[in-house]
Amino acid sequence: MAEALLEVNRLKKYFPIKAGLLNRTVGQVKAVDDVSIAIRPGETFGLVGESGSGKSTAGRTAIRLTEKTGGEVKFKGVDLHTLGAEELRKLRPKMQLIFQDPYSSLNPRVRIGDAIGEALLDHGLAPKDEVRDRVLDVLASCGLSAYHIDRFPHEFSGGQRQRIGIARALVLNPELIIADEPVSALDVSIQAQIINLFRKLQETRGLTYLFISHDLSVVEHLCSHIGVMYLGSLVETGSRDALFREPLHPYTKALLSAVPIPIPKLKRERIVLSGDIPNPANPPSGCKFHTRCPFAVARCKEEVPAFRNVGGDRFVACHLV
Amino acid sequence: MATADLLEIEGLSTYFDTEEGTVRAVDGVSLRVRPGETVCIVGESGCGKSITAMSIMGLVGTNGTAGRIAGGRIRYEDRDLLRLNKHELRTIRGHEIAMIFQEPMSSLNPVLPIGEQIMEPLIEHLKLSKKAARARAIELIAQVGIARPEQIAKAYPHELSGGMLQRIMIAIAISCGPKLLIADEPTTALDVTIQAQILDMLRQFKAESDMSILLITHDLGVVAEMADYVVVMYAGKVVEEGEVVELFERPKHPYTQGLLKSKPIMGQRQDELYSIPGQVPNPLELKPSCYFYERCEHAMDVCRRAEPTLKGVGEQGSVACWLYEEEAIVHG
Repeated sequence: MAEALLEVNRLKKYFPIKAGLLNRTVGQVKAVDDVSIAIRPGETFGLVGESGSGKSTAGRTAIRLTEKTGGEVKFKGVDLHTLGAEELRKLRPKMQLIFQDPYSSLNPRVRIGDAIGEALLDHGLAPKDEVRDRVLDVLASCGLSAYHIDRFPHEFSGGQRQRIGIARALVLNPELIIADEPVSALDVSIQAQIINLFRKLQETRGLTYLFISHDLSVVEHLCSHIGVMYLGSLVETGSRDALFREPLHPYTKALLSAVPIPIPKLKRERIVLSGDIPNPANPPSGCKFHTRCPFAVARCKEEVPAFRNVGGDRFVACHLV
Repeated sequence: MATADLLEIEGLSTYFDTEEGTVRAVDGVSLRVRPGETVCIVGESGCGKSITAMSIMGLVGTNGTAGRIAGGRIRYEDRDLLRLNKHELRTIRGHEIAMIFQEPMSSLNPVLPIGEQIMEPLIEHLKLSKKAARARAIELIAQVGIARPEQIAKAYPHELSGGMLQRIMIAIAISCGPKLLIADEPTTALDVTIQAQILDMLRQFKAESDMSILLITHDLGVVAEMADYVVVMYAGKVVEEGEVVELFERPKHPYTQGLLKSKPIMGQRQDELYSIPGQVPNPLELKPSCYFYERCEHAMDVCRRAEPTLKGVGEQGSVACWLYEEEAIVHG
């Protein structure tokens, strides 16, 4: 088995809850609590979960865009969270982030060519006279035209902006791309174009993806491995085929059964969960899912289930599995 | 069909006048909703599906919003909604025709307790006393599956989650026993497990009350689960309509075919997704043609020159595409 490109070990990220006149810390939100994943080179790891599950925070903390509270992250064997600022900066081009709305990360007054090229100059990865060629190259890889180089962000449609977001990450020749809901804001017909682009780039450049999404249909399509998060913790991980064929955790089962499928005649058993996702500042005791779990027993309320290997590469945190 | 239509829209056109020209957001749209039927309007951003819904509710061109109804008829039972005055419209809106939107927070008053907001239509339309309305409001909160209804009635919108607020919106919508519920992307902002709850609830209310639903969505999965009849819109026009199974299994219009093929389906993984090339045309640059021809694999000469009209195909469906016209017209 190849060594992991990104290895996340019992990562924790807690945010303080402050209140009162003295702004004292009165509690904490455990946004990421004991999350462990390993992504091997060339894989696409899909991190799924509903709002507030901590999937985005996990992605950001993993590449140290925010400081961790506990645990450890290794990128190519290097502990990211103990690196000095300069060493981290040197490593940054290798780990790039793509967002849901690239428009908000583009300066409206900077031409696309400059926006894509500036990181190359910043990191000293290309001499000034080569930047334009490198940008043209990456625009072509992302399905944009050469004349786009002198245009401004507002002149592009949503799908094209996402291509710009991808081009901007790609120009630095990264090994790992963390994509946070990159197709969620796009219409179906455009979404398919961008999904295909992600796949093509992976094939031609050997990229590794951490793909964060709430859309299970997209995740099944694109990812080789999947992790399911609920209220800051992983409840289940496994290879795509195993996890989609036979989900083990009751939350994964419910989540998969809730996805609307565009086949009108399809009859399937649906597990409709009662109630809302609990407040992450005050999560339920024991198994955090027990308040909504149709199979919960007394033990689930008291004892936190261990995240344990159940054969192959599958891990699950449930007393009943 | 023997049953009379509850709602019948004919040739509805809603235009927006901008500095760069007139945008025909809704351009000659016709559709009908029968009693007890769920009709879904499906399409991508900017296709005019929401503006169609807002036109039905008389919400275009009011309160200083841009846009005007440029033509057409919206018949509800025996009345033309476009000819009613403000007062007559108010007696129907929120009573016989109710509406829920994507963002419940923006439809609720932030400084009024939830209970009071459910009471409003009960007092206005059903002429209930304050006391009776309060009791009914609490019943309705319980009916949409929220625990502790008495306490929730006293809560303010910001104290509730998005899923709970959407339930409250449904409680308000069904409070006066509407014959038609217009739901504009009601679950788009919600998580999938919450979406499943809300869709289940809508189906259940429909089954209990014989209410009709006009559901506007971009999500083909939601359409497959909810619709009896589907209307597909593209660039302000209806390009295809038909009974749900027929439309999903035998889509006629190349756009409908492309849309269905480009959506990843859980459990049916493919290595590469089909994708429709190009993008939606600029609404200011539309010429008499099929608006889809630049993206269409089957485009012919005629598609560039003239606009296809919606024609019946099969048992109940219709499609607006030159591929389904007689040879003589296409090449004539």
